[in-house]
Amino acid sequence: MANKILVYLEQRNGIIKKSSLEAVKVGKDFSEKLGCEVEALVIGSEVSDLGKVGGYGINKIIHLKNSDLELYSPTAYTKLVVQHVQENSADVLLFANTALGKDLAPRVAANLDCGIAMDCVALDIEGDITATRPVYAGKALIDVKLNSEIKIFTLRPNVFNAGEPTGDSASVEVKEVSNPDLSTKVVEIKKSEGKLDVAEADIIVSGGRGLKGTENFKMIEELAEVLGAAVGASRAVVDAGWRPHGEQVGQTGKTVTPTLYVAVGISGAIQHLAGMRSSKYIVAINKDKDAPIFSIADYGIAGDAFEVVPKLIEEIKKLKAE
Amino acid sequence: MKIAVCVSHVPDTAAKISVGSDGKSIDPSGVTYVLNPYDEFAIEEALKIKDAQGGEVVAISVGTDANKETLRKALAMGADSAVLLKEDKDRDSIGIAKALAEEIKAQDAKLVFFGKQSVDFDNSITGQVTAELLDYNCVTVVVDLQINGEKVTAEREIEGGREIVETSLPLVITAQKGLNEPRYASLKGIMQAKKKTIEEKTPSPYENMIELVAMKRPPAKQPGKILGEDSSAVPELVRLLREEAKVI
Repeated sequence: MANKILVYLEQRNGIIKKSSLEAVKVGKDFSEKLGCEVEALVIGSEVSDLGKVGGYGINKIIHLKNSDLELYSPTAYTKLVVQHVQENSADVLLFANTALGKDLAPRVAANLDCGIAMDCVALDIEGDITATRPVYAGKALIDVKLNSEIKIFTLRPNVFNAGEPTGDSASVEVKEVSNPDLSTKVVEIKKSEGKLDVAEADIIVSGGRGLKGTENFKMIEELAEVLGAAVGASRAVVDAGWRPHGEQVGQTGKTVTPTLYVAVGISGAIQHLAGMRSSKYIVAINKDKDAPIFSIADYGIAGDAFEVVPKLIEEIKKLKAE
Repeated sequence: MKIAVCVSHVPDTAAKISVGSDGKSIDPSGVTYVLNPYDEFAIEEALKIKDAQGGEVVAISVGTDANKETLRKALAMGADSAVLLKEDKDRDSIGIAKALAEEIKAQDAKLVFFGKQSVDFDNSITGQVTAELLDYNCVTVVVDLQINGEKVTAEREIEGGREIVETSLPLVITAQKGLNEPRYASLKGIMQAKKKTIEEKTPSPYENMIELVAMKRPPAKQPGKILGEDSSAVPELVRLLREEAKVI
């Protein structure tokens, strides 16, 4: 049913992303169940610790290398992946559903004229491969099958568990790339002040209109800091200009699946709930005990955020100091 | 220059979604359909370029007669013409891209805008695939765009920052919230849009490669407990997070 699985490894600053390691683990499990080969492909300049990927279950890595490919180039990366797939007869391709994966994987599908399922949260390989993915920002789920010889799946970060690495090491084959097609090319990355991004964070602390003003987000930032969390926001506060759009959680913002989601002063509009309801644990702090957010929260405090949050920061600090 | 804007017709984000009796689609009763919110940024950007540099903006949509409402909205905002690529079956994203690419080629548009994704199926496939089929450059999730002659600089949103991308025309851009402030349709615009004809065409037939086998509700989340009504509940919250959830 499958001949060869190819996992795309995404590097940023020469380091393989965690979401790609999750894809590696899925690729390895598939190869065992289907009894087929699996390999990983990375495109970049210098990439560190590639051998360690072996610890997550893939022992063959191909590194397509060129100093101009350190940053993403949609044109060059697409051509290189397509060429690799064709030359190596890979027929199941796995990408992480990141900013890069979302951009790259559909382009590869277009060139290979094959089906693609984006943002998968479960993959089942009894018989055909069935992918489950959220639609309507998580208000519903669909199961899809791909009716093409080559099949591409992008996996939602933080959903598939990469597991603990074994001590195994992968062999890395480096292939120098000459004259990549740089017609579209990233020339620079502007970081947003070294903050964690909600799409990738394991813990998110979000604030809503209940905070009453942009200045009161200091408290949210402080709570996020003691928890090692990213700061999120409801659409209302983004539209009010209190917070940047990159922090917006929900439909027309980001759909997130962290381990812990703390909603402060958020009543829980349907668009917001859709975007965060699959978080593993949800904490809600809101004055109004009838707010919809409490209907999906694991733990709630129906109290004043301005009184509860400082106490919470204090208690967590105490705990961390122990 | 001719500029194409590809738009989709989707349930309003405030809509409650329930699964229809066929188990494969949503129950449309009580659901209001609107222009995809991200497409508003796409239309605005096309109109801004037209206002500054001249040109002509054509709005294109693939779907049933219902999509005409969304095309009228694009016309009311200021698009010059609109084309409906009629398809009564549910096409997958690749099939939609194929229909759009055909039409964009026929229109000879060298600059094409999409929303970064449709808020129904949340795929973010169509823009990139259309660009590849046309062999156009493409930048997705764009929050800033500068076009100087053939040379283009775009900023796209990524995890924890922005990528500055250099490219050139012909080009497909998928728009992210923040790219601009979409204009409201003026009364005059709305009146004019009513008078314009929406051209209808039939795209080449296509067999879906992405087959939807079932639609289901997300697993129900059990409401948890309200631990208290003030900060005296905080120690218990911290204990639960540590001992039960094991997250801190």
